Amino acid sequence: MHELSIAMSMVEMASEEAARRGAAQVNAIHLKLGPLSGVVKEALLFSYDVACEGTPLAGSRLVIEESPVVVYCAACQTERTLTSIQKFFCPVCGTPAPEVVRGRELEVVALEIE
Amino acid sequence: MSTPRLVEVRENVLKQNDLLARALRQRFREAGVYVASLVSSPGAGKTAFLEKTLAALRSQCRVAALVGDLATDNDAARLRRTEAPVRQITTGTVCHLEAAMVERALEGWNLDELDCLFIENVGNLVCPSSYDLGEDLRLVLMSVTEGEDKPLKYPTIFNTADVAVITKIDLAAAVEFDLAAAHRSVQSVRPGMQVFEVSAKTGQGMDEWLKFLQSRIVDCGLRI
Repeated sequence: MHELSIAMSMVEMASEEAARRGAAQVNAIHLKLGPLSGVVKEALLFSYDVACEGTPLAGSRLVIEESPVVVYCAACQTERTLTSIQKFFCPVCGTPAPEVVRGRELEVVALEIE
Repeated sequence: MSTPRLVEVRENVLKQNDLLARALRQRFREAGVYVASLVSSPGAGKTAFLEKTLAALRSQCRVAALVGDLATDNDAARLRRTEAPVRQITTGTVCHLEAAMVERALEGWNLDELDCLFIENVGNLVCPSSYDLGEDLRLVLMSVTEGEDKPLKYPTIFNTADVAVITKIDLAAAVEFDLAAAHRSVQSVRPGMQVFEVSAKTGQGMDEWLKFLQSRIVDCGLRI
């Protein structure tokens, strides 16, 4: 369970960004989360409230956008979205598809500040 | 009061770790050190595997190891019997190694005097997957006593690793381990992944692993 330290990093990052932009508070963090990031959404949401306590982010929301795993299928010569992270095969032609294009994101995309 | 507004940031939460890992990787490369890390669940046999690997490589090149655990330096003591330089990283409550811990643990070591460094992560198949340590090669180990479907249960760590090692292969028959099913599981989450079947106890499969490692080191333009 490393989600608490990740939540604390996010809070720190958002506090610095808000200060840089002259904002008094952060109302929400928008996060993009890929299934291959190694981070569990529920654990992160739980940790987030704890990490925000006593900071300018207390009471703020964590808005998580879950992105799918996208692989490159060499046979179809195109990107395909996986239906399961247990099966790295092209969902259309069944060819093994080890090349991950997207799905590792753990990225703060935006902040709601005021 | 200013008005609420949405501002774009686009920043990787683990940016600090990634930057540090990148700097470490460059330091290792400049010093001519090949770095391999090991991840597995607790008790899969990382330390025994590393003991045998260090002992075998000692005569050919200058090896060293960093070993992470929540507490105790028992593993470092075991590895020191190989006479390779070993340092324990005690993480306290942290369930994984981070690049900053590796950097700290290297303080005082002259990397120019090393050819190959091993980093044994804390026994954990979840959290280490998020943290780049600056390694060239990441091995994920699973023992035959853990079940054939380990890769399906922890796809992310298998996906971030370069090579899989099935350990305690000498016990496979006793625990009715289905080797074909294990290989299918690995290939399902990481098509094309190279898999070694080893027993640190009997030495089975160790030669193949060592040959592979040596070829990887040479591929990197490093000497061994």
